[in-house]
Amino acid sequence: MASKKAQKPQTSENPELTGLTGRKKKGSWLLLLPIYLFTLIFVFAPLVYMVFLSFMSRAEVWGYVPEFTLDNYKRILEPLYFNTFVDSLKLALISTVAIMAIGYPFGYFMARMSAAWKKRMMFLLMLPFWTSTLIRINGWIIVFRSNGVLDKILMGLHITEKPLKLLYTYPAVVVGMIYVLVPFMILSVYSSAEKMDWSLVEAARDLGASRRQAFCSITFVHTLPGLLSGTILTFVPSMGLFFIADILGGNKIVLVGNVIQEQLTKGRNLPFAAALSVVLLVLTSLFIRAYQKISHSSELEGLY
Amino acid sequence: MKIKSKAPWIYMAVIMVITYIPIVLTVVYSFNESKITSIWGGFSLTWYEQLFRDRDLAEALRNSLVLAGLSCLSAVVIGTTGAIGMDRWKNRFNSVVSYFSLIPIMIPEIILGMVFLAAFSLMNLPFGMLTLVIAHTTFCVPYVFMTVRARLAGMDHSTEEAARDLGATGLRTFWDITLPALLPAIWSGVLLSFAMSFDDVVISIFVTGATVNTLPIKIYTRMKTGVTPEINALATVLLAATIAILLLAGALGSQRGRAGKKEEELRR
Repeated sequence: MASKKAQKPQTSENPELTGLTGRKKKGSWLLLLPIYLFTLIFVFAPLVYMVFLSFMSRAEVWGYVPEFTLDNYKRILEPLYFNTFVDSLKLALISTVAIMAIGYPFGYFMARMSAAWKKRMMFLLMLPFWTSTLIRINGWIIVFRSNGVLDKILMGLHITEKPLKLLYTYPAVVVGMIYVLVPFMILSVYSSAEKMDWSLVEAARDLGASRRQAFCSITFVHTLPGLLSGTILTFVPSMGLFFIADILGGNKIVLVGNVIQEQLTKGRNLPFAAALSVVLLVLTSLFIRAYQKISHSSELEGLY
Repeated sequence: MKIKSKAPWIYMAVIMVITYIPIVLTVVYSFNESKITSIWGGFSLTWYEQLFRDRDLAEALRNSLVLAGLSCLSAVVIGTTGAIGMDRWKNRFNSVVSYFSLIPIMIPEIILGMVFLAAFSLMNLPFGMLTLVIAHTTFCVPYVFMTVRARLAGMDHSTEEAARDLGATGLRTFWDITLPALLPAIWSGVLLSFAMSFDDVVISIFVTGATVNTLPIKIYTRMKTGVTPEINALATVLLAATIAILLLAGALGSQRGRAGKKEEELRR
């Protein structure tokens, strides 16, 4: 990853420095020990174990029977589970497109505000971001509940006659997803638009480009990394946020996340849950790979 | 360049209003006498009284704070030493390890939850605070590690070298020069990790076991079981605390910011 960039410091050019780097090196492996061990034991090994589990047979109560099988993967192809994957991808896609449409202009405009307004906007953005996700979802329950705030307003304005009963529907889940994830998109677009050299746009305009041409050929190209990384940052989590589907969708909307959770808690089927997770992991990695291919970058913009 | 037309302002204002509607409603309804949110039963502090008498929630809050604190602390140690170590001692395993260390924040949380549930039961770890801290540390490490690594990449090492040349020990150099330079990066990593840990439901639910509850888990189970005006009151209290902390951080930041601004610019 990025460590490659800084590889091979000035060692060969400056002999005096070699001694220094040599001195530095002594004991440096001790610094590496915690992250190496921790990552090996608690990230790498568990992931390997998950892949291993997914090929094992189910045990009666909990755990697995050490017999190799492909049944878990075959089962995913059954319409019941396969459709869940399709539904999850669809929901993630719908949410992500909506988030792009809402978040991109916001991040873009924000980058063009004055410094004082940027600060204020940042505060306004960070506040909900820092408030518990569940609590913000709870607010939407008040809005969507039958005879709740939205119904009252719509009925008061005579737009609708009866309560819409929006809570526990698909649109409610989509709104919840958008609401929780849109800050990630805004922040990534903002961070790449912030770094942009706006004089390039001015130059293009001076040279006779129309507003639209200038935007398409300069602004859009320069903010694309932010848009792409925002897409990853919203698309990937949206497939696993089972509690939003749970709370705002009732039991009607079932996503991969809900199935995995159900298989672990009620079904007690560890190997099948592992197989589902492996497929989800592979799907996610494909998206991240695609992102890296398109953007030529391994880091996600706007994460920090 | 400044924005000249009105449309962007209106657009942003609309988005912000929609963003804050659920939050404002939560605050308003926390003072609602009636238990049902569709009816306004008059102003009341009942739910706050109930909230402050609620031992369960208080314990969950304490657990969440301890959990976030411990996870951040471990993440700071692991992430900072890791970033410095990789900066000083380059080898071919570094890129593999950093790739894997970042995985916890790159994949859907549900996978991590599943993976930890399976792995911890294999390792025979008792489910509770220990498993929670380990699980949370895995997704806190990336935030600290990434910010510190980015800071190190842009750092000028000549001051450290000068200190060493003037006879300072390695530890002394680290304490007096390296650490102060890295501190802003560590802080921003910590803030993010703390927020993520304090907010996490998905992973916690799988590794929490039967005895320990965190605040988000408690809120989640209550939201699933029915109407919860008490949660509105809790939301309001947490919101007030968040605003206070953000304002305080902002005030401290702008004070420090004047001194650090030049350094910031150099970093870019």
